[in-house]
Amino acid sequence: MTRKRWLQIAGVVAIIIVAAWGASLILERMVSPVAEQQTVQPPPAPAANVPHIIATLYYGTADGQALAAIKREVPLGDGPRAQGRQILQSELEPAPAPYLSLIPAGTVLRAFYITDRGDAFVDLSPEVSSMHPGGSTRELLTVYAIVNTVTANLSSVERVQILIDGKQADTLAGHVDLRRPFERDTSLVREIKGTQ
Amino acid sequence: MLVLVSGPHAQGTIPASPLTLITRDGRRPVPTTLLNGQEFIGLDDLASLFQLTVREDALAGGVTVSYKGRTIVASAEQAMASVNGRVVTLPAPIARAGRRLLVPIDFIPRALAPIYDSPIDLRRASRLLIVGMVRVARVAVRIDAVGPPTRATVEVTPALLVSPALDAGRVLVRVEADALDAAPPPAPAGLIEQIQIGQTTTIAIALNQRAGMARVSTTTTTESTRVTIEVPLAAPAQDTSAAPPPPSTPPPSTAPPQPTPPAAEPSTPLLGAQTARLQTMVLDPGHGGDDTGVRGPKGTLEKQITLDVARRLKTLIETRLGVRIIMTRDEDRGISLDERAAVANNSKADLFLSLHVNGAPSPSLKGTEVYYLRLDRAGEEARRSTAATELVLPAVGGGTRPIDVIPWDLAQAAHVDASSRFASMLEEELEKHGPMGPRPLQQAPMRVLSAANMPAALVEIAYLTNAEQEQSVQSADFQAGLVQAMYDPIVRFRAYLEAAPAP
Repeated sequence: MTRKRWLQIAGVVAIIIVAAWGASLILERMVSPVAEQQTVQPPPAPAANVPHIIATLYYGTADGQALAAIKREVPLGDGPRAQGRQILQSELEPAPAPYLSLIPAGTVLRAFYITDRGDAFVDLSPEVSSMHPGGSTRELLTVYAIVNTVTANLSSVERVQILIDGKQADTLAGHVDLRRPFERDTSLVREIKGTQ
Repeated sequence: MLVLVSGPHAQGTIPASPLTLITRDGRRPVPTTLLNGQEFIGLDDLASLFQLTVREDALAGGVTVSYKGRTIVASAEQAMASVNGRVVTLPAPIARAGRRLLVPIDFIPRALAPIYDSPIDLRRASRLLIVGMVRVARVAVRIDAVGPPTRATVEVTPALLVSPALDAGRVLVRVEADALDAAPPPAPAGLIEQIQIGQTTTIAIALNQRAGMARVSTTTTTESTRVTIEVPLAAPAQDTSAAPPPPSTPPPSTAPPQPTPPAAEPSTPLLGAQTARLQTMVLDPGHGGDDTGVRGPKGTLEKQITLDVARRLKTLIETRLGVRIIMTRDEDRGISLDERAAVANNSKADLFLSLHVNGAPSPSLKGTEVYYLRLDRAGEEARRSTAATELVLPAVGGGTRPIDVIPWDLAQAAHVDASSRFASMLEEELEKHGPMGPRPLQQAPMRVLSAANMPAALVEIAYLTNAEQEQSVQSADFQAGLVQAMYDPIVRFRAYLEAAPAP
């Protein structure tokens, strides 16, 4: 009786241990990519062997007043256009703490191209406008986060025009004129020690 | 071997007037030295300005200048240099003054420019050294007729946006460029007392006491922008005790005074007469209808606050000031940005004020901010390509009447100075009312302002994303104080328009 009971207990314990081990493996697989994204600098967590460049990306400062230029690892692109895409993809990812994302979540880069005249076109999905919370300050910060990110990293780009869903747009949220390309403007940028 | 300019020679070097280096970051003087009739520049100065590496080869008697792997080898014995293997001539060999190595200034365009990443343009006549993509306008001022009336022309090449203005007996012509490459101005004559072209991008033409109201017109071709200034004698001659002549004073050659100045302007308008008086003002409550604008954390909608404040301001101005107020919307309905400007332009309003409530990515941000339009380079290019053209149309009763055709989205360009003045007045008075934002007065490419053909500004009255301000903007007390703080600068701006021509 006692021996049988011990065997039963040992069996239950063994099953629990095996189940816990299996569950931990499953959980580890589910959780670890997220944990990795939070700790590794480059936002898309690319493969370790992919060559990178250090790009300057622009986010909102913690107090929401200005832009901060932050150095981040971005996968190396083949030529300015591919590099521009990589940089913008990274810019669309959530901002690293304590900085603030200025481009609405869910916004997707539809296309990016550069003309011979040095005009770059950043074509974004409609979320950049439809999900934008509005306000002149926030709109200016959003526009110049994009414009400065492109112009700071691609020397062949003089001006940047933002398109929405493949078309020229009036504004993001009713304030800043998007009908013409923008030049880099650092007046909204606040220097953050050790990043610029 | 280097040409040694030592001892008496070194002391005898004559400093030439410095070159002015112009880059997109600004301008700074670069000293040069005259040696035996040749103008030289210090190689150390060039090295620090252009990030060059200079290596002196004592044995070979020359200097190697490197920039990003490209090299210039300059000889100390012969007036030439090898630029990436290609030989260029120079007016003189390298020289030495004390410890410094000097190169002829032609070294810059002939040797340095071919290996440098950005364009380098040395303009000897104006002593400008332009590096990079910088807009430098050539400016020539001439007096066409001594008069009176005295006629002068300011020619700006290439065609760029210019903003003429009158300020305390001066005609100011501001050129939207990074720098001016100006020929020496002519001696003053007639009613013109002085012509100044300084370090800024504004040309100041001072008028003497006998001068009346200057008439200024601007014509733009594909190649240049020409500002024509005609200065008549003051209407009551020699009356120097009077205040500046009222803007409605007609010049001798124009028709009788018109009560509605903007409607009856000839093609060469009396400067400032377009807004000579404040008779009609447009208030633009931002957003509306499906476009709610910013939503506060407790659900307060920007579109409602802007409408409430605009209604209050309308009542105050109409009752106290007698100015006609037109609202772009007086109910909760959507209206496009172009329609808003159209309401103002079609009613020939003298002033446009757009009201908004701000939003920030951080809830801590609060305060009021005032905006007026910033024209960008793209705007100027667009303006060049669709430059204001003059049409001559038949007029009622025979004859013709010339009118200016202005591209719709650039209408504000002619009013930016007056808008700046109005915006400053708003900021000054709003500051007395409550906290101002981190950038209380800003110039930005605001879409709703660009097509307004009159002085125009936009006020972001508070941050709706700030919980404290979301609560306060709804209160009657806050709105009453705010409206008073916007009413006062409107009164000031009206007085400014009536006392002197709008800049």
